[in-house]
Amino acid sequence: MSGPEPGEPDESGSESRPDESRPDEGGPERRGAGLLRPRVNRGQLIVAVLCAVLGFAVAAQVRSNDRDTKFATARQDELVGILGDLSQRSDRLRSDIRDLDATKSGLERDTQGQAALEDARRRSSTYGILAGTVPATGPGIELTVNDPQSRVRAASLLDTLEELRDAGAEVVQVDDVRVGVSTYFTDASDGAVIADGRSLARPFRFLAIGDPHTLATALNIPGGVLRTLRNSGAEGAVQQRQKITIQAVRSP
Amino acid sequence: MIALIGLVAGVVLGFVLHPGVPLWLQPYLPIAIVAALDAMFGGLRARLDGIFDDKVFVVSFLSNTIIAALIVFFGDQLGVGSQLSTGVVVVLGIRIFSNVAAIRRKLFQA
Repeated sequence: MSGPEPGEPDESGSESRPDESRPDEGGPERRGAGLLRPRVNRGQLIVAVLCAVLGFAVAAQVRSNDRDTKFATARQDELVGILGDLSQRSDRLRSDIRDLDATKSGLERDTQGQAALEDARRRSSTYGILAGTVPATGPGIELTVNDPQSRVRAASLLDTLEELRDAGAEVVQVDDVRVGVSTYFTDASDGAVIADGRSLARPFRFLAIGDPHTLATALNIPGGVLRTLRNSGAEGAVQQRQKITIQAVRSP
Repeated sequence: MIALIGLVAGVVLGFVLHPGVPLWLQPYLPIAIVAALDAMFGGLRARLDGIFDDKVFVVSFLSNTIIAALIVFFGDQLGVGSQLSTGVVVVLGIRIFSNVAAIRRKLFQA
């Protein structure tokens, strides 16, 4: 960087007149040269400082963008959403920790293996209910499908079962067949419907354990299972019960 | 020339010191940078046209950045921050392109 040019006093010349407007500096070539010739006065210093600030800001911004591209550009409402999700998740995990801690301390305290046995029994009954190997009782619904013209096919019954499962049915029985993960419906040649190898008697009777209101609503939605059954000439009736007992079991 | 040196020095400083962007500035800095870029290209164009004035440059630089940041700030207050910042970037982008086009015509006569 050179100082002020000879013959051009720094103080007096700098503020009042912009150098570029000098009449003798004509022609693009001259101007291009003037652009590159170092010349210091106050205005140009300020310009340089502003440019430095700009460069600094660009560098800082680029760096901070490199660091976290996800949250730096997110707006407030997105961040609030993310935060809500995270705190919900951490609440859930914290309650899991509490449960597991309780189980652990119970197991540690108990010397005769009583708590471990209790825990294993509880788990075995839960899995048994899910697998269909033990009877179950609970609130639920009873769905009776009257089919006088024998027009209901296996596909309709499968739809009904899927709808019940979607609505959160935990245990389902069709006539005297306990429904499990491998349950199937097929059409027999004589118009009967076969579930898991057993012929189902009309009218079909579904027992499902789950939230009665949710199950009934799911079956009753417009265009849903009951509407489809009605279109095919059958009539379905849903009854909500506080206590449904499912006795049928699957062989393990 | 000094401006160029200042720019390079700023970039180098930024990368050497790697400062964090303060939280309150984070939504506004990118827009302010685009506005400052616009002012810089405007200044370069004026320089090539021979009508560059330090004072005009400083005032336009500062007002550009401040107004751009203010628009985004008000947008955030009104709940349309992202849309407004997109709008500001579009407008400034158009200005930058037209300034660069003028510079290109001046330098290459094309």
